[in-house]
Amino acid sequence: MSTRHTLSVLVEDKPGVLARVAALFSRRGFNIESLAVGPTEHSTVSRMTIVVTVDDLPLEQVTKQLNKLINVLKIVELDPEASVQRELLLVKVKADLTNRSHVLETVQLFRAKVVDVATDAVTIEATGTADKLAALIKVLEPFGIRELVQSGMVAVGRGSRSMTGTEARLRSA
Amino acid sequence: MSATPSEALTGAQSLVRSLESVGCEVMFGIPGGAILPAYDPIFDSTKLRHILVRHEQGAGHAAEGYAQATGRVGVCMATSGPGATNLVTPIADAYMDSVPMVAITGQVPSAAIGTDAFQEADICGITMPITKHNFLVQHVDDIPRTIAEAFHIASTGRPGPVLVDIPKDILQSAGAFSWPPVLDLPGYHPTTRPHAKQVREAARLIAEAKRPVLYVGGGVLKARAAAELRVLAELTGIPVVTTLMARGAFPDSHPQHLGMPGMHGSVAAVTSLQKSDLLICLGARFDDRVTGKLSTFAPGAKVIHADIDPAEISKNRTADVPIVGDCRETLADLVVAVQEVYAAGTRADITAWWKQLDGYRTTYPRGYDWPEDGQLAPQYVIERIGKIAGPDAIYASGVGQHQMWAAQFIDYENPYTWLNSGGAGTMGYAVPAAMGAKVGRPDTTVWAIDGDGCFQMTNQELVTCAIEGIPIKVAIINNGNLGMVRQWQTLFYEGRYSNTGLNTHSNARRLPDFVKLADAMGCMGLRCESRDEVDATIEKAMAINDMPVVIDFVVGEDAMVWPMVPAGTSNDEILAARDTRPVFGEDQV
Repeated sequence: MSTRHTLSVLVEDKPGVLARVAALFSRRGFNIESLAVGPTEHSTVSRMTIVVTVDDLPLEQVTKQLNKLINVLKIVELDPEASVQRELLLVKVKADLTNRSHVLETVQLFRAKVVDVATDAVTIEATGTADKLAALIKVLEPFGIRELVQSGMVAVGRGSRSMTGTEARLRSA
Repeated sequence: MSATPSEALTGAQSLVRSLESVGCEVMFGIPGGAILPAYDPIFDSTKLRHILVRHEQGAGHAAEGYAQATGRVGVCMATSGPGATNLVTPIADAYMDSVPMVAITGQVPSAAIGTDAFQEADICGITMPITKHNFLVQHVDDIPRTIAEAFHIASTGRPGPVLVDIPKDILQSAGAFSWPPVLDLPGYHPTTRPHAKQVREAARLIAEAKRPVLYVGGGVLKARAAAELRVLAELTGIPVVTTLMARGAFPDSHPQHLGMPGMHGSVAAVTSLQKSDLLICLGARFDDRVTGKLSTFAPGAKVIHADIDPAEISKNRTADVPIVGDCRETLADLVVAVQEVYAAGTRADITAWWKQLDGYRTTYPRGYDWPEDGQLAPQYVIERIGKIAGPDAIYASGVGQHQMWAAQFIDYENPYTWLNSGGAGTMGYAVPAAMGAKVGRPDTTVWAIDGDGCFQMTNQELVTCAIEGIPIKVAIINNGNLGMVRQWQTLFYEGRYSNTGLNTHSNARRLPDFVKLADAMGCMGLRCESRDEVDATIEKAMAINDMPVVIDFVVGEDAMVWPMVPAGTSNDEILAARDTRPVFGEDQV
């Protein structure tokens, strides 16, 4: 049965690593739903958060193949119940004098915020789970969405444990 | 070992010193614009022999042949753009067959990268899916470390090809050289020690199994574990099958050897897997050419799968007992663990199993028919080469019918005597691979068993052999056709021979005339067209050691490779010969 999996992948911060990881997914026939790359607390290490919908067995295969990439340091699958998962949304909504107050009310309800205002539109920033952002978009749609941009998911495990640990330990694991 | 004091060298000098320091003695390559700076210090090197090939594909396969025959890393070099892309086929070949190889390519100067410069190709991007790893060197001081890392990655864990791409300006710039460099590979830690608990569990299954088979793959050769394999096999008395990549890992003359499994495997080997209750898979990967239709492969068998690459385990067939580790260490541990289980009193009787298997062996022995048109049987030619050159010679083959016959009809007694392109199936492998093997093992007789199709893809390396003093022997099994494709056309396309005739045969225009071609390339060219000339011709070739020899064996075009499991069907559908299916007893599982 296909399920959604969130992989947190620690990689060496070297040129070409993103291409290696992305190409691996495509050549093994997996569709990446979302991918976010960014720095970690260690200057030589980046983290990729990859969301993929796939059966358990092929997921094991792709995880093993990822582990074979020389620049990949560590892979952890994050359980949605035991991790905080967030995406960032920027959405430009039509908002003239007739509906602006309704738009702003929606922003309040979703604990989002307005980050840019024009005479006939506002740009809204929201963070949350994919579900929350989908709900926000659904409510904003009737006003008229002019432009929408959404980040890949980033996630971190709950509790005090760290998957990165010390840099020295990570690099010798 | 403490590092040598830092020396001021150019990038090119640093590259050559690094290659010398890492123990590279031979490399195969062709110079060109971007790699040109490296060829200047190569000119001066006394430790490094550079063999100038005639095509970069030849350099790559020669590096593979060298590596397969010696166990050391094979090295090839090419310039940027087309030089590098000509290496793509041998790199892909080395990736599929886990051959330790380092390919070094020149790249356009750093500032020109990405501008579609003359002879620019993104070879790191192109080879990303077919290398174990690749590097684009970005600073001159990184050269020694990168070369050391490339050799380390290529030769450890599951071996494979590594490409190092070096822009021309970096070869030309001034830098520092010191050896040995400190490797910086924090994400690379191959597991070599097998897990003790898994080994014990495997030993228990081995002792309890009533119909076990040792399914041996190329990983056993890569791990240099043939001796350990023999100890385990003889301790347990379990039958052994060796895959196309593992021929020679277990002596063909050994009574426990059932032969090769797979599409053209022996009936006994294929059937042993199908009827088995325990597959002990060592360094093999359940390739589709071995399993046939996967869902019907060895339906009653539990699986112990030992491999150094965790991604191979349960990739195609779920393993009941996975063992990640080096095959030699795994085998050594298994021997001890099995002895303990035996000592504790557990040991299933496999006499009935052997009786069943011996029945298959007796009923379906290796064999072939002579062509009805009176032409030479290709199997006979190959069999005679094997007998006359003997088990100490090295045999490199191309891809197709002659490859299968060479795997079937030559008796391999020693490891590293059979070289071929197994996973990729690269036509044209034989001649350059034989050249590389002969360079690596100059005192060994090296035969290339080639087809008339394959030979026309890479035969120009015979010029290299003639000039460099590499006296290989080439047997062209000339049936005038792309024989394996023709066989499929015979069997599956109603004999419609679309584009398989090559006109190299005596019944056609004999284009090219291989004897004249051999002569033109500085080789001894011989021709053999009848049975009574076969031994004398082979013996004549064996007596010539001062130049390469090419024999044009003109053989019947209708010979087919048997047994055969048609592609995509179950191994249970094995045909011992055309229209002949073995009949297995109904009472046997």
